Amino acid sequence: MTVAELGAHRGARRRLSAALFRRPWARLALLLGPPVGWMLVVYLGALASLLVTAFWRLDPLTSTVQQEWGLQNFRTLLQDPVYRTITLRTVGMAAAVTLADVALAFPIAYHIARVASPRARQALLLAVVMPLWSNYLVRVFAWKTILQGRGIADWLFTHLLRLPDVHLAATNWAVGITFCYLWLPYVILPIATALERLPASYLEASADLGARARTTFRRIVLPLAFPGVVAGSIFSFSLTLGDYITPTLVGKGFFIGNAIYNYVGLASNLPLAAAFAVVPIAIMGAYLAGAKRLGAFEAL
Amino acid sequence: MMRLRLCAAIAAVALVAAACGAREEEPAGGGGTQGPPVISEIGEPEGALSLIAWPGYTEKGWVKPFEQETGCTVTVKYGNTSDEMVNLMRQGGGTLYDGVSASGDATNRLIAAGDVAAVDIGLFDDYDQVMQALQAPPHNTVNGLHYGVPYMWGPNFLMYNTEDVPSPPTSWDVVFEPELDGQPNPYAGRITAYDSPIYIADAALYLKAHRPELGITDPYELTQEQLDAAVELLKQQAPMISKYWAIYTDEIDGFKSGDMVVGTAWPVNQSLLLADDVPVASVFPEEGMTGWADTWMMSANAPHPNCMLLWMEYTLRADVQTQVAEFYGATPSNAASCQQLREDLGSEADDVYHCGDEEYLSSLALWKTPLADCGDDRGATCMDYSVWTQKWTEIRGA
Repeated sequence: MTVAELGAHRGARRRLSAALFRRPWARLALLLGPPVGWMLVVYLGALASLLVTAFWRLDPLTSTVQQEWGLQNFRTLLQDPVYRTITLRTVGMAAAVTLADVALAFPIAYHIARVASPRARQALLLAVVMPLWSNYLVRVFAWKTILQGRGIADWLFTHLLRLPDVHLAATNWAVGITFCYLWLPYVILPIATALERLPASYLEASADLGARARTTFRRIVLPLAFPGVVAGSIFSFSLTLGDYITPTLVGKGFFIGNAIYNYVGLASNLPLAAAFAVVPIAIMGAYLAGAKRLGAFEAL
Repeated sequence: MMRLRLCAAIAAVALVAAACGAREEEPAGGGGTQGPPVISEIGEPEGALSLIAWPGYTEKGWVKPFEQETGCTVTVKYGNTSDEMVNLMRQGGGTLYDGVSASGDATNRLIAAGDVAAVDIGLFDDYDQVMQALQAPPHNTVNGLHYGVPYMWGPNFLMYNTEDVPSPPTSWDVVFEPELDGQPNPYAGRITAYDSPIYIADAALYLKAHRPELGITDPYELTQEQLDAAVELLKQQAPMISKYWAIYTDEIDGFKSGDMVVGTAWPVNQSLLLADDVPVASVFPEEGMTGWADTWMMSANAPHPNCMLLWMEYTLRADVQTQVAEFYGATPSNAASCQQLREDLGSEADDVYHCGDEEYLSSLALWKTPLADCGDDRGATCMDYSVWTQKWTEIRGA
C-alpha cells in the first residue's frame, strides 16, 4: 500500500466519522437500528401473528386452520366454565408461589445484604445462583424423584412426622413446592440488591430516635426494600404463569400452559390456543402496570 | 401521548406484516374432490428414508437388513402421541417425512386433509396374508382407496399390580366407579388413565355395557347425549386418578414407584415392567376393550416415495412382523407371522398375542378418528374429534 492510498483510506474513515458527528440522528439510527428491528420483527411480529391467529378457526374434520375472521374462540373461552377454572387455578398458584418465595427470600436476602461478612456474602450469592447453572429439567426431575411414591418425601411423612397417609406425588402441592424452589434465586437477587442500597445511616438515625428493631424494620427497611420485593415477585409470578413442564412432570392438574400445549400438540387447534394465550398476556400486562406504580423497575 | 401513538403505529405495522406473512402459508396438499392419484409402481430407490414412528417400531434388528437390501438409509423421528404424529407429518407441507406408523385415531385426519397418499395394494405380494379384518379397515381405507399397509395391532387392556390388587379384576369398574360392592374404591388415588381425548371411547365402551338405555353402538360414534354421559363418567373418575399417562414411560414410572396400581395399558408397558421385575399382570375385562391397529402411511409429498414403498413392502413380510411383535409385544397383521411366533413363544402366541385370531381382533373397538358423520342412519349428528378434545380439556381442567 502506498502512502497516497493509505492517506485516502484514512481520509474516507475521517469523512465518515465527521459525517456521523454532524448528524446525531444517523449515529442513533445505526446504533439502535438492529436491536429495534429485532424487537419489531421477532418479538412484536411473533406476538402479532399470535393475536391474529386467535381470530381464525379450525376445520374440525381435517384439523387445519381456516383463515376466516371471527370471535368464536373468545366466545368459547368465556362460555365454557373450565377455562375460568384453569385460569383461576393458574393465577392462584402463581400468587401462592410468589408469596411463599418472598417469605423465603426476604430473610436470606437480608442476611446476604446486611449481615454477612463480604467474603460470606460472595459465597452465599454464589450458592443462590448455583442452581441456575444446572438444567431446568434436571432440577424438575430431581423434585419429581423426591416427591414421587416411595421417595424421600413419603419417607419423611411416614417415619418422621407419622403421617403415613400424606402423599405429595402428582398433587398441586408438589407443583407449588417445585415452583418455589425453581424461582427462588430470581426473587432473592432483586431483594438483596434493594436491601444493599439501604443507607446504614437511616437505620442508625432510626435507632437514635428511639425506634425498636421492629419499628425500624416496618417503617424504614420494608418500605425501602419494597420495590425490590415487587421486582422479584414479577419473576416468580410470570414464570409460574407460563410454565407447563413442571405441572406435566410433577403434577396432574391442568394449568393455562398445559391447556395451550394440549390445543397445539393434541388438537392442532392453533386458533383456540392463541386465544387462550391472550389471557396470561393480559394478566401480566396488568401485573406489570401495578409493579411500575410501586416503583419496581428502579430496583431491577 | 407521542409515545403511545408510536407504539400503536408499530403494533399496526407488525400486525399487517404478520397477516401478510401468514397468508402465504396456504396449507399444502389440499386434496381435490376428484379423488387423489393412486401410486401403483415402485421406481428407483432414492437412497434415504425419513420416518415418524412409535418408539419401538423401528429397531436395528429389522431396519439394518432393510438398509442393506434397498440402499435406503433410514432416519426416524419418534412420535409419542398420535397428535404429535399428525403435526409432524404436516411440517414443511408434508415434505420433511416420507411416512408414519399412524394409529387409527390419526389416520382419518391425515386422509381427510390430503396429507397421505393412496397406494395400490397390488404392489405388495404379502398383502393377501393380512388378516381379514385389516384388509380394508375404515381407519385406513376410504372410498375403496388404501392409504397404507397394516403393521401391528393390540389392545388397551387392564393392567394391575398383583401385590396391591389381590384378585384379578373382571371389569373396568375398578377404574371408573367410586364405590365397588358398596365399599369405597380401594384403589382410589392410585388409578391411572390414558391422557388423550381418545380415552373417552374407553368410558363409552363401559357405558355401552352398563347403561344400555344410552344406546351406544360404537364408542367412537357418539351423539351429544352419549358423549356427555361418557364425559360425566370420566369427571367422576378424575379425582381417583393418581396421574394420567401420555407417554408410555409415564405409566412405567408410575407402576414402579407405586403411585399407580391399576389402569389401562399397552402390551409394551407390561413387558417392560415385567423385565424390571415389577409384579404386574393384565386382564381383558368383560365390557371389552379399545385397541389400536397401526398403518404405515406415505406422505402425499414424500421426498423419497420409492424408498417408502419399499419400506411398506418390507414391513409387511411375515418374518419382519414376527421380529417386531416379539420385541414390541404387539400382534402382527400378517397372519403368516403366527407360525414363527408359535415356534418362538409357544402357547403365548395364542393366549397373549392372539396371533391370527380374527374373532378376538374384531371384538376390539379399534381406535378411529371420531367424525361428525356417524356412519349409520343417525346421519351427521355425532361429535367430531375437535369436540372430543374440548371435552378432554374440560375433564382434565376441572
